[in-house]
Amino acid sequence: MTVPTPPPVPQPALELVEVTKRYGKGSAAVAALDPIILTVTEGEFVCLVGSSGCGKSTLLSIIAGLDAPSSGTVETFGRRVALMFQEPALFPWLTAAANVDLALRARAVPRDVRRERVARLLATVGLAEFAGKRPHQLSGGMRQRVALARALAQDADVLLMDEPFGALDALTRDLLHEELERIVESRGLTVVFVTHNVREAVRLADRVLLLGARPGRVVEEFQVRASRPRRINTADVAELAAHITARLHEEGNGNRGR
Amino acid sequence: MVVSGVAVVSRSSRHNTGRLQSVLASLWAKALALLVVLGAWQLVCLSGWKSSVILPGPLAVGATLWQQLHDAVLWQAVSTTMARAVIGFGLSLLIGTVIGSVLSRNKLLRNTFGALITGLQTMPAIAWFPFAIIFFGLNTSAILFVIVVGAAPSVALGVISGADHIPPLQLRAAKTMGLKRFALYRHVILPAALPTFVSGLRQGWAFAWRSLMAGELVVMVAGTASIGVLLENAQNMSDMPLAIAVMIVVLVIGIIVDSVFGVADRQIRRYWGLVDGDRE
Repeated sequence: MTVPTPPPVPQPALELVEVTKRYGKGSAAVAALDPIILTVTEGEFVCLVGSSGCGKSTLLSIIAGLDAPSSGTVETFGRRVALMFQEPALFPWLTAAANVDLALRARAVPRDVRRERVARLLATVGLAEFAGKRPHQLSGGMRQRVALARALAQDADVLLMDEPFGALDALTRDLLHEELERIVESRGLTVVFVTHNVREAVRLADRVLLLGARPGRVVEEFQVRASRPRRINTADVAELAAHITARLHEEGNGNRGR
Repeated sequence: MVVSGVAVVSRSSRHNTGRLQSVLASLWAKALALLVVLGAWQLVCLSGWKSSVILPGPLAVGATLWQQLHDAVLWQAVSTTMARAVIGFGLSLLIGTVIGSVLSRNKLLRNTFGALITGLQTMPAIAWFPFAIIFFGLNTSAILFVIVVGAAPSVALGVISGADHIPPLQLRAAKTMGLKRFALYRHVILPAALPTFVSGLRQGWAFAWRSLMAGELVVMVAGTASIGVLLENAQNMSDMPLAIAVMIVVLVIGIIVDSVFGVADRQIRRYWGLVDGDRE
């Protein structure tokens, strides 16, 4: 007699409970984030969109542990978290390979394992031939790929991305979207991705959260049901993006009128 | 395949000839500037403003310099002086780096002693000699001491500003990767600070060299030939061609050492991607 195994219940990978952030003290304090409640399940791709000043980057810094919340808790259930910035933030004196290698070194991965893993990570982001180049010898898109490889080298379960493709041209961005989608799927990564580009958010996410500004808070939530692999210019992506953009504008106007 | 190989070769050779041409061009410009200076000097001599004993022309000085270059005494003097320079600058490097590292780590120490170090840097080295001579006596230690008080502050300030100007984003990236304490210093902070550190060294050298010349004129160590002693002798004998010839030696040594630092500085900046022109 075998008991049929129940379908796997999605586990939360990340849980934010009443997270707030304020700058300054006493009556002069400015609230950057209103209480944020957010649960991201394992393997989910969540995009945070909002106009500038809505505290998206602050929120990501708090989840990454670079910034402390003023109140509330961030629970990652013992998962490793890696953060990727809008700028590649590579070390200019190191080659592409050495930049990725440093992330492995920081986790005390043995030397003989590292070499092979660096080669594999660079191959994953399509930069196998550029291992020996230093950052200023690479294009913007290539640098961001190295940064992605470095984030992956941290062997994180949760990838936090702060407008990582914001400074790239549209063509490079499309390519990186495809690569990111492929990598996230093959590794079963959980992703929280911040962007002000609504189409990019709909292109990538399982769920899009619209953030309002001053103070930052979750205004609305959208499930993206379009099937993968997606393209940024298909009708269903464009339609939902247009709807979210309209809501974003209302939010902006409502704020200004207040 | 063959075609692309040819293309690569021709591009790199064009790159090399371009570099050679720019080096030659800058040499020409420098030679021209030197000629202008020598010409002006010669004209002043020809005007008869001062007698040729007091202001000899470039040819007389050149002859004396040539003669001196074949005299063992000059080379002895140069080697004594350079040995002092190397030891003094080495000590400054060591002491400056230690002080700079300690101050860059500790905010309190930095706010209190940092201003003192900046003050030391602006203080003319020669003001230290009475103190050094009373403390050490008329010997090499007094000279070395003054080199160190002159040069170590520049080195220390180079370390401090190097550590200060690390891009915050690089530090954040290092922290998200989990680099801490010693590893953070070794892999991120030290290499990031290196270009500024080398600039500090270059400035430290300039201070060391000036302090050394002042020191050798003030502190005559008995029985040793040094560049300072040669200058002093020339003054005592009212031998202007000799005085100017030795000054030229001082100038040339200063330029050579500074250009070594300059090359190191440029190489590091290029390697760090801080200058344009390395992008292919």
